[in-house]
Amino acid sequence: MTAQIAAFLTVDGVTTGSIYVLIALGFVLIFAVTRVIFVPFGDIAAFTALTLSALQTKHLPGTVGLVAALAALATLLEVIRLARARRPGQIPRALLFYLVLPLIPAAAVWATAGMTLPLPVTIILALALILPIAPLLDRVVFRPIADGTVLLLLTVSVALHFALVGLGLLFFGPEGVRTEPMSDYMVMVAGVPVSGQTLMIMAAAVIFSGLLFLFFEFTITGKSLHATAVNRTGARLMGIRPERAGTIAYLLGSLLAGISGILISPVNTIFYDSGFLIGLKAFVGAIIGGLVSFPVTAIGALFVGILESFAAFQNSAFKEVIVFGVLIPVLMWRSYTFAHSEEDIDE
Amino acid sequence: MTPTHMNGSVPRRRGRNRFALTLAATLAATTGAGMARADITIGFVTSLSGPSASIGVLYDKGMTAAYAYKDEIDGQKIKLIRLDDGSDPATASQEARKLIQQEHVDAIIGTSSATSTNAMFAVANELKVPFIAISPVNIKTPADGNLWGVAMPQLPSLMIKVIAEKMKKDGVKTAGFIGYSDAWGDLVYNGAMAAHKDGDGPEITTNERYSRTDTSVQAQALKVLSTKPDALLDGGSATQAALPLITLRQLGYKGQFYGTPALLNRDFIRVGGKAVNGVEVSAGPVIVTSQLPADHFSKKIGTEFHEIFKKVNGGEADDGFSGYTFDGWLVLLNAMHYALDKGVKPGTDAFHKAIMDGIYADKNLAGVHAIYNFKPGKAYNTDERGLVVVKLEDGKWIYQP
Repeated sequence: MTAQIAAFLTVDGVTTGSIYVLIALGFVLIFAVTRVIFVPFGDIAAFTALTLSALQTKHLPGTVGLVAALAALATLLEVIRLARARRPGQIPRALLFYLVLPLIPAAAVWATAGMTLPLPVTIILALALILPIAPLLDRVVFRPIADGTVLLLLTVSVALHFALVGLGLLFFGPEGVRTEPMSDYMVMVAGVPVSGQTLMIMAAAVIFSGLLFLFFEFTITGKSLHATAVNRTGARLMGIRPERAGTIAYLLGSLLAGISGILISPVNTIFYDSGFLIGLKAFVGAIIGGLVSFPVTAIGALFVGILESFAAFQNSAFKEVIVFGVLIPVLMWRSYTFAHSEEDIDE
Repeated sequence: MTPTHMNGSVPRRRGRNRFALTLAATLAATTGAGMARADITIGFVTSLSGPSASIGVLYDKGMTAAYAYKDEIDGQKIKLIRLDDGSDPATASQEARKLIQQEHVDAIIGTSSATSTNAMFAVANELKVPFIAISPVNIKTPADGNLWGVAMPQLPSLMIKVIAEKMKKDGVKTAGFIGYSDAWGDLVYNGAMAAHKDGDGPEITTNERYSRTDTSVQAQALKVLSTKPDALLDGGSATQAALPLITLRQLGYKGQFYGTPALLNRDFIRVGGKAVNGVEVSAGPVIVTSQLPADHFSKKIGTEFHEIFKKVNGGEADDGFSGYTFDGWLVLLNAMHYALDKGVKPGTDAFHKAIMDGIYADKNLAGVHAIYNFKPGKAYNTDERGLVVVKLEDGKWIYQP
């Protein structure tokens, strides 16, 4: 391996790693606040890419129906809950949040389907359409079992992933898509060509890591999320609603997944089932960060990307084995050096 | 008959009903038997829903064209029963069983995925009914040496041998390989290595693998570049086969690309764009019928196929799959003619046996994909004249003589 090949591999690894960073941060964010390992997270990223592609090829993306159905279901559950609790006064608010807000992007996409739209508009539409999916799934699937064990939540999460992949096949078909490139810019760094797309992916990873840091350190909402993550009961006593914190975490997480899906689709073909493997590798990064630390997660995810790139060069047939094999020493190291989380003490 | 009748408390009435039922059953049995004698029945299974449906629909269109081409043999009307297996091997095998045991079909054609086709083949072997496989199969000959079916697709090793020979003809001495990390990738790599060993193909410099859901193949492409091969052999399939080609062109690779019929896919062309222009693959001649020389075996029948396909399906047959169903139908027609000639009655076990004998007795049958010469105990066509080389030029596959 020459220095130039190493440089190539590093750039490639950092690009892939940056995608993993965005997804891994979402994993940690959602897990910390809700204790759910949100397995369908990668699917959300893939769905964004597929939705964007459908918009660009002037088809009505199937996600419109998904959002509408989920919104209807979530509203129904919420209205029944409020009616049973004899709090009908809160029903209009529930209608606004669970029905009207998610249906706005769905209606916008439905109305503009078939029109030729400029690229930024399609990107915003695709993102806006994807954003409500995870919070609505949270309302429908996870909230009724919010106090269950982590294992139960994980199992339901895996089942949800399979359901979403099946729906993805139904909505988008078995063929893969590539979306229009966002820029033709190319720059040489140390003899290695780096495309504008690569730079955008890296920039997105840096910017969103930074924004998350600022959000958690300097805003009240961020601090309340952090408080929920540290101790749900304590946070509730302080007047923070864990449900609301959960919804915010899902929204932020979906935004991260959506952006990574949009950034990756011009450089690689995305299939309805592409999300799972991307999510799984990002999860390795999140595990390196112990599912709690954002900076270590980011570094871990980058490491996975670079490792994958070099492993593919050394022995491409065993690439996945090498990447997932890393989990074993990491898990051993973590279980020997770190105290167990408060979860075990709680229960 | 309604449940209230069955549970009626008046015994006399129940008795009358039972009589009616028996009468109806007897009548049905007689007419059923009569029909079986009058008609030949063929079962056709494909995937019209589920993940294999994108290919299954093409098989189905091929069947529509084939049935429109000829729906009788020696004056006997052929009855066709079509079923959807939903891309599920278990359903496919159940349907094969149902077709044989309930519909008493004389032969079965199926289906869209290799796994499902294998499952159906196993049922055909067990119940001893002729089976035309339209997807690649991998089936063991039963202990008694009688295989109850044949496979229409070209043997995968042949697909690779043909393109390896073309590479050698083009003066390619070394070729890199990038393929899927699955059975298909193995098949292409091993085929290319075997061709080189036999002196028919170039030396293969790399054995790089990737999977359909990978986000990047840059590392594998760099590995290929570091061995400086004259050309590249693509062991992927469908849309994602374009990924290594796009990456190599981005890295400035100028060599020629070669591939297998697995690349004959509209989405491959769409996604690959400029990077895949000029790629050469082995293919059944049906892909380029209109460009074939007049004396090519597939010219006449292929032209007929394309015309009738367009008439009944309303679009061009620009895929390889519909041709397999059509050829399967041709093989079956000839075999049934042979069986009827021997005076065997349709709907009987003897007719099943006679159809298989007919398939093996038929020599040099020209189809849209190949010249068919099947031999007992072997599922695949043993004739090697089937494949041509085609080149992708501006989104169209062009015949390379």
